[in-house]
Amino acid sequence: MENHQERSDHRSQDLPQVLVIKPPPVLTLFEDKFISSKFQLLKAWESTLPLDQFLTNYAGSVRAVLCSGASPITADIIRLLPSLQLVITASAGVNHIDLTECRRLGIAVTNAAGVFSDDGADAAVGLLIDVLRKVSAADRYVRNGLWPVKGDYALGSKLGGKRVGVVGLGGFGSAVAKRLEAFGCTVLYNSRTQKPSVPYPFYSTVLELAADSDSLIICCGLTAETRHMINREVLLALGKQGVIVNIARGAIINEKEMVECLVRGEIGGAGLDVFENEPNVPEELFGLDNVVLSPHRVVFTPESFVAASELVVGNLEAFFSNKPLLSPVIYE
Amino acid sequence: MNNTCVLVTCPMFTYLEQELETRFNLIKLWDHSSSKAEFFNNYSSSIKAVVGNTKVGADAKLIDSLPNLEIVASYSVGLDKIDLDKCKQRGIKVTNTPDVLTDDVADLAIGLALAVLRKVCVCDQFVRSGNWISGDFGLATKFSGKSVGIVGLGRIGSAIAKRAEAFQCPISYHSRSKKPNTNYKYYSNIVDLAANCEILVVACALTEETHHIVNRKVIDALGPKGFLINIARGAHVDEPELVSALLEGRLGGAGLDVFENEPEPPEQLFALDNVVLVPHVGSDTGETSKAMADLVISNLEAHFKGKPLLTPVI
Repeated sequence: MENHQERSDHRSQDLPQVLVIKPPPVLTLFEDKFISSKFQLLKAWESTLPLDQFLTNYAGSVRAVLCSGASPITADIIRLLPSLQLVITASAGVNHIDLTECRRLGIAVTNAAGVFSDDGADAAVGLLIDVLRKVSAADRYVRNGLWPVKGDYALGSKLGGKRVGVVGLGGFGSAVAKRLEAFGCTVLYNSRTQKPSVPYPFYSTVLELAADSDSLIICCGLTAETRHMINREVLLALGKQGVIVNIARGAIINEKEMVECLVRGEIGGAGLDVFENEPNVPEELFGLDNVVLSPHRVVFTPESFVAASELVVGNLEAFFSNKPLLSPVIYE
Repeated sequence: MNNTCVLVTCPMFTYLEQELETRFNLIKLWDHSSSKAEFFNNYSSSIKAVVGNTKVGADAKLIDSLPNLEIVASYSVGLDKIDLDKCKQRGIKVTNTPDVLTDDVADLAIGLALAVLRKVCVCDQFVRSGNWISGDFGLATKFSGKSVGIVGLGRIGSAIAKRAEAFQCPISYHSRSKKPNTNYKYYSNIVDLAANCEILVVACALTEETHHIVNRKVIDALGPKGFLINIARGAHVDEPELVSALLEGRLGGAGLDVFENEPEPPEQLFALDNVVLVPHVGSDTGETSKAMADLVISNLEAHFKGKPLLTPVI
């Protein structure tokens, strides 16, 4: 037994380490998928040392770090990892990684965009239908025993024939668009650049898109350009019947202005999975029946998580075998 | 036409009542509930049309009491509340509101499926109650790619199939007979359909044959990982069996727009996280309600002008 233990210790000492500052949900729920013959995890969160001291003491030779929104990879962190060559995130979003610094130092970045598109799109459509047809509010109405007392519930709004503006036509946006077409919606979009092979009308600004849409679905990444891109002006252009759905990042919307618009009835409703300061959600929203809230989990299904784990591990094993990365983020 | 007496059976939609009032002598059955005998003495022989809905239609008793009834125009597509045999016997015409509500009902079917599988309502409650601050949520069930079995491949069933296909759901169906011109897999037996799909959607008409078509056997075949979506009629499902299956974990979950005893769904379901319950709102949008009302009016106008009915049933 001792012999075996010694041997496995010795072997594990040889395996290159992958630093994990805080475990992404994928790791917490599917840790067994991260057992590999090519690497081992260096779990910073299990140490009582302050992070910078831990990194200085233990992460000097670390070549790869697995991160997520809860553990951003800033220039400061990168500075403490002199051997870093790869940043892997288990998310689609990369806004928590200092891409400029990574590019400057030749550090590769991989994400998990493709595996989440279906679930993200399903959730976006689910939220949109819920707001328009008042599914959650009606469910509460029934459970509170109001149907026999107060009679028929208020009328909702038809999805078919609505003009839906998709903001960002990447993996998520395209998947959302494809689904909405089957409901008889007219899909419009805004994106950094026009996509020539796409049948939907392109709008070069979000403001113009909002003015011509009944609903907006936010599917783009969070960057310096998209931060607070959806503001009061855009929301007023969307209008009193307009519905906004956000499955991307909270900070793309000026949350304070959106809450004011909702409270004042200047837009019709909202379906929100993400917020500027999670897990804090503006309390004014809790009393509104035309808002549906979700705790940043549009991709939390076993299928997505298993696929994400496999992609993360696949990227790590490729990296440590000097093979091409599976899902590198291409710098533009 | 302004003198023509039209009876409306229960409050349905203000716009419909207003439009009826401008064209006909509208009599509201519920205005006379305290003096039914008197009402029938005064009005019964002058009523030529009845506008009913899914709550109060035109049963044998009502039809028998109206000797000069010419037409029943239902503010619904479902005909289960109308005694069609009696109407046929008496030569009374019947119209309903097909097509205009197909999209809304199909949208709701998918919306309910997404809400149940992805726990949309539960998540919303989780956030509203402040629980996100203290803890995290678990995983939901993926919807895309799940196999969808549709009971009844009529207008609404086909519309549901078309939408589910956009989510890459393989589609299969059960109906009285196989439909030509479709690639969906057909099951002549509903238990086989339930055994071979993950989400069973009820979308057929309610008749004697389809009463309790979703029974214990079907529910067992669907199983603890299966989901039932009902946007048709409560009586399609053996409700006590459904409730016990859900309470005992023998069925994965349910999204229900209709119940055997509306407006009182089984209270035992109210505490469950894997059900979504909505109060018969399948066609309840402003747009569709108006379109249905317009169709009722058009049918009545056509009838009284001697023109062809727009959406006759018989």
